[in-house]
Amino acid sequence: MKARFTITALIAFLLFFGGYAALFIAPDERTMHEIQRVFYVHLPLWAAMYSALLVAFISNIGWLATRKPMWDWLAVSAVEVGVVCCTGGLITGVLWGRPAWGIWWTWDARLTTSFILWLLYISYLLLRGLLEDPQRRATLSAVFGIFAFLDAPLVYAANRLWRTQHPAPVLFGDSNSGLDPTMGKVLVACIVAMLAVMVLVLVDRYRLERLRYEVEELRFAADARTADSNSVTARGAL
Amino acid sequence: MTDARAAAILLAKELRLEFRTRELLNATIVFALVVIVLFSFSFDPTAAESRRYGPGLLWIAFLFAGSLMLHPSFAREQSNQTLDALRMAPVSPFAILLGKMLANFVFLSLAEVVLVPVFAVLYNVSIAGVIGRLIVVLMLGTLGVVITGTVFSAVSAHARMRELLLPLLLLPILAPLLIAAVEATASLFAEQPALDRTWLAFLAGFDIVFLTASWLLCDFLLEE
Repeated sequence: MKARFTITALIAFLLFFGGYAALFIAPDERTMHEIQRVFYVHLPLWAAMYSALLVAFISNIGWLATRKPMWDWLAVSAVEVGVVCCTGGLITGVLWGRPAWGIWWTWDARLTTSFILWLLYISYLLLRGLLEDPQRRATLSAVFGIFAFLDAPLVYAANRLWRTQHPAPVLFGDSNSGLDPTMGKVLVACIVAMLAVMVLVLVDRYRLERLRYEVEELRFAADARTADSNSVTARGAL
Repeated sequence: MTDARAAAILLAKELRLEFRTRELLNATIVFALVVIVLFSFSFDPTAAESRRYGPGLLWIAFLFAGSLMLHPSFAREQSNQTLDALRMAPVSPFAILLGKMLANFVFLSLAEVVLVPVFAVLYNVSIAGVIGRLIVVLMLGTLGVVITGTVFSAVSAHARMRELLLPLLLLPILAPLLIAAVEATASLFAEQPALDRTWLAFLAGFDIVFLTASWLLCDFLLEE
């Protein structure tokens, strides 16, 4: 418990430091000025999302290969955290897009891919909610999760091929070529902080899933015992 | 028994079952027709306009029709408890899946054979000159729909609200296929019709990726 508290405090400090650095240490951006600072939340959110979805993909394969329940717990936790990060990324992106590009949304390859991924993983969570049997839920949702993950590069490629024929707004210059060194350092700090938060939430969500599973097991055992005692009473009455 | 032979037998069984009543095929065609007609009210279907929007609405109609049509593929087995019999048969799960994919491919293709000429007449699109190339695009696109759709039909067959769930799972996955199929079709409907090889290759790639994934994962899909 003490270790947990220390780690949480450490991550809170890291997050605070990241926020401070993004607001006061990072230099002013030449064309977008203060608005550009949303970048230090936006990009880390995407980094956290893709890490979470990668964890989910590995967990899906892990479940199918080993059938250890921990993989299923990890998969659902990672998808939930990933969807939250994706939502955050989309919202910060829209807020940034309006002042920077003059439009809220554009059907650029990256934006579209994120949006489709968001829909796919929401469907994943819906599918889990609609499957009753735990074993089957884990297996079928793992198959869907793998399909969804495979779809991501295809969505990106299709949009790249399609939209590049029209001039599309660029997200932030050409790759990282124009990034100021201080900006780079602040960005790294923010990404580390966000990933730490993501892992913290993921671990907590995983624990919750494990507890749920244990409660389910205990309830099942208790039910079996009640049923048994009833039959014993019945036998005694006979 | 080889996989190919088992799949062929299953395909024959699916076709026999469907052609006794033709209910699935009829419903699918009428549904897609309704979509195509309703689209004509949402914008002015003159020649220039329809060239621009036509391919998109044609594929949207196919995707919607497919996502509804593919649902009974496994749900029908589920409600008659014949899936257990299929599982007990001495054939590989991939043969079962392949048989169903082929049957669905036949059904959706038949629907397209009826719908494409109707679409061409209603939206004033001339397809006579490009029919061979159009068939290639339609086949590759339809394959992608039935590969993913059959797998997801098996996934959603066990869920509650499965009728609603299948389109929900299937349509976002098909987003890249929709882009590629629409662009390939649009280049055929253009003033100077041309077969866009990039999009054709993309469609083939989509089919290969998901067919391979289905082959790798089919054991898990059909287990009890």
